[in-house]
Amino acid sequence: MVTVRLAGLLALALALLVVPAASPNGAATPQRIVSLSPTATEDLFAIGAGPQVVAVDDQSNYPANAPKTKLSGYTPNAEAIASYRPDLVVVSSNPNGLVAALAKLHIRTLLQPPARNLEGTYAQLRRLGAVTGNAAGAAAAVKGLRRRIAQVVASMPAGAKGLTFYEELSPDYYSATSKTFAGQVLTLLGLKDIADAADRTGSGYPKLSAEYIVAANPDLVVLADTKCCGQTAASVKARPGWGSISAVTRGGVVGVSDDVASRWGPRIVEFLRAVAQGAKAVAAAK
Amino acid sequence: MTPAARLPIACAALFFVSAALIGLLVGPVDLGIAAILRTSLSHIPLLHVHSRLSDSDRAILWQLRAPRVVLGALVGGMLALAGASYQGVFRNPLADPYLLGIAAGAGLGATLAIVYGRETVHAYDLIPLAAFAGGALGVVAAYALGRSASGARSTASLILAGVTVASFLTAIQTFVQQQHSQSLQEVYSWILGHLDTAGWHEVALVAPYIAVSAIVILLHRRVLDVLSVGDEEAASLGVNVGRTRLLVVVFATVGTAAAVAVSGLIGFVGIIVPHAIRLLLGPSYRLILPLSLLGGAGFLILADVIARSVMSPAELPIGVVTAFFGAPFFAVVLRTSRSFS
Repeated sequence: MVTVRLAGLLALALALLVVPAASPNGAATPQRIVSLSPTATEDLFAIGAGPQVVAVDDQSNYPANAPKTKLSGYTPNAEAIASYRPDLVVVSSNPNGLVAALAKLHIRTLLQPPARNLEGTYAQLRRLGAVTGNAAGAAAAVKGLRRRIAQVVASMPAGAKGLTFYEELSPDYYSATSKTFAGQVLTLLGLKDIADAADRTGSGYPKLSAEYIVAANPDLVVLADTKCCGQTAASVKARPGWGSISAVTRGGVVGVSDDVASRWGPRIVEFLRAVAQGAKAVAAAK
Repeated sequence: MTPAARLPIACAALFFVSAALIGLLVGPVDLGIAAILRTSLSHIPLLHVHSRLSDSDRAILWQLRAPRVVLGALVGGMLALAGASYQGVFRNPLADPYLLGIAAGAGLGATLAIVYGRETVHAYDLIPLAAFAGGALGVVAAYALGRSASGARSTASLILAGVTVASFLTAIQTFVQQQHSQSLQEVYSWILGHLDTAGWHEVALVAPYIAVSAIVILLHRRVLDVLSVGDEEAASLGVNVGRTRLLVVVFATVGTAAAVAVSGLIGFVGIIVPHAIRLLLGPSYRLILPLSLLGGAGFLILADVIARSVMSPAELPIGVVTAFFGAPFFAVVLRTSRSFS
């Protein structure tokens, strides 16, 4: 009886000794991170957690030194992920019950769905910092991002305020409203999104009709389908009926990388800068 | 043309012309009916009518809306005509233009072009070409398989071969699509069908194929009536059954492949339009074929008007509209008609 009680006390003492050694979240600082989200990959490297990342999914093409694998974030396979012996898996969605499947294998997951706005991006960066033991790096990344975005916003001339834009996600005119992350970021520049009028269902990504785009006569066309679909200022100009719209005649067609436009990580400032440059050029030509 | 056939054909022609007019007049941008009529008249010499539309409105009307109407007419008419002729040569009411693997083949061709052609300069010209080739190859494979199975006599083995080839090609298409999930949205919207990016370029691309196919099929309308009594009876009446079937299938396939190449897989037109006509006017292909051409053209133009107006200025995929409005319409025709056998 006494020995049993002693053993119990000993176990309790051991447990108390072990727990404080772990992170405040109750788990050790992850040393083998798998990222199945291109945005999370960019975030991890931005906050200095890069050395802890052992594998990233097949869509994570930035930064170049990220350990890209054939793992898929869309159709993930828990076994294939487990073979990298991760202690943390970062995902942006939970297809086919992936989180539960990994939990059965005692692998911790962190779900970071698409951010709705810049505050969401900052919060995800800070959370990744806290979980991976890079809180200081995350704070610095957030601070730097805030500063660079403020710089771009401050650089906008008064004449560029109120310019209208059409952001194109695919050549069949899927667009993003100002409720989406990218659309909302562009409204920081004082630009107006022509897709807003079309989003009755509130999906944020309406498919516009070409007639409407031409009639709306946007000052800027932001092409987020340059990589997927090879769209350029020249190809937009060549579209039937598009030659007369303001963005085409005044040089307001801005091509951006699809990746940068569709992710909600630190490179969003590149997207902002490219569009700001286009808006400034259009304002100067007016 | 018999006097009895004149009235239905005149009605169908009226339906088609009205649909085309509605197609030109209705869109997300209100151009004004009077202004559209004036600018249309201004294209006629010696009338001295001047268009009052601005440059951008003119571009909307003639560069964006008009080609959609024309392409909708070509594609809708072709799909309905091909559906009617497939139903005739296979004597199978469920036959549609996509029966012999054309949809799966075109889907695979388009998917390959979207996924692997993105690096090439003219990726967007590649898609119709690849879809056309894929669709034609699918049908050739199905026909070869069906013939080798039964020596070309049985239509059932041909249909089964079509199902087999379609499943196989769809499996490859799904595999390629799944391996390149970044193209998923593009592939998906191609498969749903589209007239919304149409221009005169697409019209010029497919009009010759569709025109030739339609003429050849229409010239066979009497032979299809003879075929409907059965292969042996038709042969005893002096019809070369195998040759006729091959000819109609080839031209229906070429026309359908051309339509699919520029508009994707617009479903339902090829099956409901010929059946609605059959239910209303009886089983003679002398009427069904020309009326399917006119009715299909009008139907797809109207479906496209709905696709671009109902959620304006957002658009619906046209395949959703054809099925959503086509199915209840067909249900009404099915209920009110007693001649369906």
